[in-house]
Amino acid sequence: MIEIILVAALLCISALAYRWGRNYALAAVSGNPRKLHSLPGHYGAYVALWCAIPALVVVALWLILEPRLIDYLLVSHLPDEIKTLSSAQIDLLINDIKNLADGNILSREPDPAMQAAADHYNRWHDIGLASLAIIAFLLSASGAMCARRRIAPRFEAIYKVERLIKAFLLLGSTVAVLTTIGIVLSLLFEALRFFNRVPFWDFAFGTEWSPQTAIRDDQVGSSGAFGSIPVFAGTAMISAIAMTVAVPVGLFAAVFMSEYASTRTRSALKPVLEILAGIPTVVYGFFAALTVAPAIRDMGQSLGLDVASESALAAGMVMGIMIIPFVSSLSDDVLNAVPNGLREASYGVGATRSETILKVLLPAALPGIVGGILLAISRAIGETMIVVMAAGLAANLTANPFEAVTTVTVQIVTLLVGDQEFDSAKTLSAFALGLGLFILTLCFNIVALRMVRKYREQYE
Amino acid sequence: MTKSSSAGDQAAVGRAELAAPRAALSEAGKRRTDSDAGIDDSEETIREALHPDIHDPIIDVASLSLWYGEKQALFDISMAISKNKVTSLIGPSGCGKSTLLRCFNRLNDLIGTVRIDGDVFFEGESILGPDMDVHLLRKRIGMVFQKSNPFPKSIYENVAYGCRLQGISSTAELDLIVERSLRDAALWDEVKDRLHDNALGLSGGQQQRLCIARAIAVEPEVILYDEPCSALDPIATSRIEALMRTLTKDYTQVIVTHNLQQAGRVSDYTAFLYLGELIEYGPTEQMFVDPRRKRTEYYLTGRFG
Ligand SMILES: Nc1ncnc2c1ncn2[C@@H]1O[C@H](COP(=O)(O)OP(=O)(O)OP(=O)(O)O)[C@@H](O)[C@H]1O
Ligand SMILES: [Mg+2]
Repeated sequence: MIEIILVAALLCISALAYRWGRNYALAAVSGNPRKLHSLPGHYGAYVALWCAIPALVVVALWLILEPRLIDYLLVSHLPDEIKTLSSAQIDLLINDIKNLADGNILSREPDPAMQAAADHYNRWHDIGLASLAIIAFLLSASGAMCARRRIAPRFEAIYKVERLIKAFLLLGSTVAVLTTIGIVLSLLFEALRFFNRVPFWDFAFGTEWSPQTAIRDDQVGSSGAFGSIPVFAGTAMISAIAMTVAVPVGLFAAVFMSEYASTRTRSALKPVLEILAGIPTVVYGFFAALTVAPAIRDMGQSLGLDVASESALAAGMVMGIMIIPFVSSLSDDVLNAVPNGLREASYGVGATRSETILKVLLPAALPGIVGGILLAISRAIGETMIVVMAAGLAANLTANPFEAVTTVTVQIVTLLVGDQEFDSAKTLSAFALGLGLFILTLCFNIVALRMVRKYREQYE
Repeated sequence: MTKSSSAGDQAAVGRAELAAPRAALSEAGKRRTDSDAGIDDSEETIREALHPDIHDPIIDVASLSLWYGEKQALFDISMAISKNKVTSLIGPSGCGKSTLLRCFNRLNDLIGTVRIDGDVFFEGESILGPDMDVHLLRKRIGMVFQKSNPFPKSIYENVAYGCRLQGISSTAELDLIVERSLRDAALWDEVKDRLHDNALGLSGGQQQRLCIARAIAVEPEVILYDEPCSALDPIATSRIEALMRTLTKDYTQVIVTHNLQQAGRVSDYTAFLYLGELIEYGPTEQMFVDPRRKRTEYYLTGRFG
């Protein structure tokens, strides 16, 4: 709480420093900003940044390091017999001391040593905060002073400020990249732990998936089978069904929008199609489970077919509908990006509209369209909710779209929901599946982006 | 801008009226003034400037007006285009040259907001009428665009495109057509060894000649050029001009150009447009040596526009 007030105060001081630097720069050229190298605001920003950043960095470091430091001090002040306890017990004790210091409920009766430690804790904490505040204010004041002293009409404030802005931007992208790397690495390591228990080949080429394993040694249960083929086959089948719905419909819609529709129709149609992409997938899930799946079952029955009430077909079709806007919107953009000159050239030698579309526009736009389709496929592969609700959980290795199948994402969900032991093969297999899925979509995305980029280059 | 036809308002004569030849001719003896440039051409001069003797016209523009939405781009244009001759359209930027040219093969249809009044006749048949087969028309009236626009296909396929549309699929026949067209377009020697390379790998001037080859491959009767040399160097330009001269024996050609010397070199007839109106039309030589109207003279001598 106090820390938040401190940060707010620092920011206020920086705002003042901004005005100070700005006015100082203006005063230095007796109010004629043209004599300054940079805009007056840049001088203000320069002073403000020097005022804020060092102080804020110190506060941030403090927030990270202070708890550790105090813990260390606490432990070193505890009586010797306690120091021999196991680290888990010491952690518990320190927790209790902190609770005591904050006036919370404890897990044991406080003894005098703990009371003393709690008092120490409070004192250190207060001293720490006070010194932090003093250091921070001193830093901000001296930072602002130093910065202001450098201000002169020829001082190139804008370059300094821009360099700093660049550093912030770099920081942002680094955070994004590091997060990605972290996620991938954690996937990788957990998957490696899984492959220590289950051989890689069994996972990659096994045709039976039933991840139930006995948790305790005395428990009756299957030993588990971790062949991922049926799961990936389910994903492939549902994605294929989705694409057979989405690609033709999306492509037709795109061709209609970019080549046949008037500007008015197009501007009305495109947002409507894009709304499809904005519907939460769980809503598509209801639709698949409650409307489409029963309809398909009834239709199958009337034809004498045996259709499961949760079928790959239902999930795939609804997923296809969800993906239509991905295909149509991207293809429409790509078709629109085909230079108008090509249309005119084609019409100019007497081609009809459909000839122009088939022989010129679609071939010219093909790489972009294929890229869009690949992006849509990776979307389909990663989709979970619709499949959970409409396709079932049974890992059947089948090519019959009327049967229930399961997909990689669904399996991951079922493996990780509920109480799990985090080092059983069953739980770890989710990471292996996730890794497989990640590699799959990564490949699709790379190929897709390559194709789209190649398409762009062609017309630049 | 409205056209006045009453005999009473001699005072308020606007620019539109000046360029409306029918209105002008129907009120013989009245003098038109042009307030903004102080141009004062007599009735007689205007008639002379707009009605040259055209032998054997193939395209006949009859009081054509065109609007892009609310904005009028062409004002009551009438002119006939002579068969197997080169006609050039000149005038300052934005005066409607491209617009007029694109009326001849109805390429303006592609722009949704265009509205046209009047008519254009091609060998006596109304181009704008409902009975006109637009695709057939465009086969007979080919076009070369200002910006070269080869398809991202091979050189061969670019030239063969129009013929394939007409159902010619025998390789031998296509080979012949491709070679003949590329020779006519003075490109054959440069590309004969790389016919199956992508056309986008050609230089700008080669691409433009490829577009010409593509246009003449379907054996049109008329070729329209919209500033075909605006992006080319003098050598490529002179190649294309030479090409146009050799094509005159078989083709009627209409060329839009900003280059007055080019118009002088290649064309038999020249039409001068200004702000959407036809100001003067006549044999090129006469127009360049002895323009009938002052505005033409000003433009040709670089005094405005
Ligand atoms: N697609 C369009 N929509 C609206 N207005 C247009 C369109 N195309 C042309 N115009 C307008 O019509 C007028 C004539 O244009 P046009 O392209 O025919 O001129 P131009 O004589 O060919 O000029 P330039 O020599 O610069 O090519 C211009 O005022 C232009 O702004
Ligand atoms: Mg033009």
